[in-house]
Amino acid sequence: MESPDIPITIIDREGVSHEVMAPTDMNMNLMEVVRSYELAPEGTIGICGGMAMCASCQCYVLSEHPLPEKGPDEEAMLAEAFFVEDNSRLGCQIPITPELSGLKVHLAPEEM
Amino acid sequence: MIKTDILIIGAGPTGLFTVFEAGLLKLRCHLIDALPQPGGQCAEIYPKKPIYDIPAFPEVLAGDLVDNLMKQIEPFQPGFTLGERAETIDKDEDGQFIVTTNKGTQHKAPVIAIAGGLGSFEPRKPPIANIADFEDKGVEYVIRDPEVYRNKNVVIAGGGDSALDWSIFLTDVAASVTLIHRRNEFRGALDSVEKVQELKDAGKIKLITPAEVIGLKGDGHISGVTVKRSGEEFDLECDHFVPLFGLAPKLGPMANWGLEIEKNAIKVDNSLDYQTNIPGIYAIGDINTYPGKLKLILCGFHEATLMCQSAYQRIHPGKRYVMKYTTVGGVEGFDGSKKEAPKAVVKAIN
Ligand SMILES: Cc1cc2nc3c(=O)[nH]c(=O)nc-3n(C[C@H](O)[C@H](O)[C@H](O)COP(=O)(O)OP(=O)(O)OC[C@H]3O[C@@H](n4cnc5c(N)ncnc54)[C@H](O)[C@@H]3O)c2cc1C
Ligand code: FES
Repeated sequence: MESPDIPITIIDREGVSHEVMAPTDMNMNLMEVVRSYELAPEGTIGICGGMAMCASCQCYVLSEHPLPEKGPDEEAMLAEAFFVEDNSRLGCQIPITPELSGLKVHLAPEEM
Repeated sequence: MIKTDILIIGAGPTGLFTVFEAGLLKLRCHLIDALPQPGGQCAEIYPKKPIYDIPAFPEVLAGDLVDNLMKQIEPFQPGFTLGERAETIDKDEDGQFIVTTNKGTQHKAPVIAIAGGLGSFEPRKPPIANIADFEDKGVEYVIRDPEVYRNKNVVIAGGGDSALDWSIFLTDVAASVTLIHRRNEFRGALDSVEKVQELKDAGKIKLITPAEVIGLKGDGHISGVTVKRSGEEFDLECDHFVPLFGLAPKLGPMANWGLEIEKNAIKVDNSLDYQTNIPGIYAIGDINTYPGKLKLILCGFHEATLMCQSAYQRIHPGKRYVMKYTTVGGVEGFDGSKKEAPKAVVKAIN
């Protein structure tokens, strides 16, 4: 059987690039992938558990991939987050699907 | 000086349930929390969201869970120091711990239970280069005394409930109120959004959207902010700048208490009693770490239960105790109340 895992490149907050395999069959989102590979210190990412309520999972999307549209909660949270750029997204609002194979993201700095 | 048997730092679900388990052992508790209300993450982050994995509650709102916990511990009359952050832990000459808050309130106990969750909730500070220079010199992240703003020019930033609520409130107090937000839409309660619209139409609130504050001006005290709107920058005079972007948990002072920290959490001995590297100080709930740790409410409840048994032995060394089911022993409150299962009635039928 074909592996349901896809490669994703995540540049951490120190600028170090990590190529990781993300499962597409576990209902995971990008924030959870970052946490499962411990690419950001515990307690600094996923604080709201993935509810688009904290922005601790903000990342900059560097590749051209078909991402889900931003929902109203994500829009609102990004409007109150810091260090926001045009390519900012909340990792917790991006489910891992096979179409995201090769996705490249950079984690936004931790807020004070 | 507030004295108690177990001093609990953090009034989230774990800290609250500790009061119950300690109460069954006739130990008194006092809780400290940086937030103005008990409930921790449940009350601060998601009070209206349902939780589905509390055993025997197919569904319960986080806020209702906290209300129920408060009701359950009522008979054990816990004390609360709310709105204050535990800042330091020292030991006095008789080996008891003294915990002092950022407001100077002192507490004394033989046992400390740190139930600090993800840390104490602190305001989210916008990344404006020189903002630290103006803290308490015209920049405030929390409004404590609205009188400070009487007849002053105030700039508020943010798009949630507190930014809206304070903008409305201060129109009657301040000389001028300007609300700055990155979007035209606000995510606060509909009533508040409509009220701000009314006040804007009446010329009582100045609204600048979509815009953000990117710089601060002043000499010793803030005198103005630099605003960026649609790529254009301009200055705005003011006496106060109040960024209201909500709260985020930070480990804060706990990091300096001499405890072993790993992955932003306190390492404990989970094979025994959740004690830290300092005897007499326990860490329970989301704040601790050990192999296999899960940050779940039910895990916090379990850890609190085991920790209280160990605390009892520490407070009453050598005293024998056998765990009793509440169905058998009932619950005897410090307020004189007693709950117990009704006794079976035995009566002869002639
Ligand atoms: C959005 C969201 C959804 C969740 N859903 C679930 C779920 O469905 N099921 C589940 O089991 N769990 C869930 N959780 C996790 C759950 O909320 C936590 O496991 C739980 O709150 C931990 O309780 P606690 O008492 O250990 O810590 P907390 O609830 O974090 O409480 C700790 C308290 O300590 C205070 N504090 C910390 N340091 C200090 C200090 N120095 N001085 C004074 N006070 C201090 C803080 O202000 C805080 O109030 C969810 C969490 C979030 C954010
Ligand atoms: S984890 Fe909180 S917004 Fe994504």
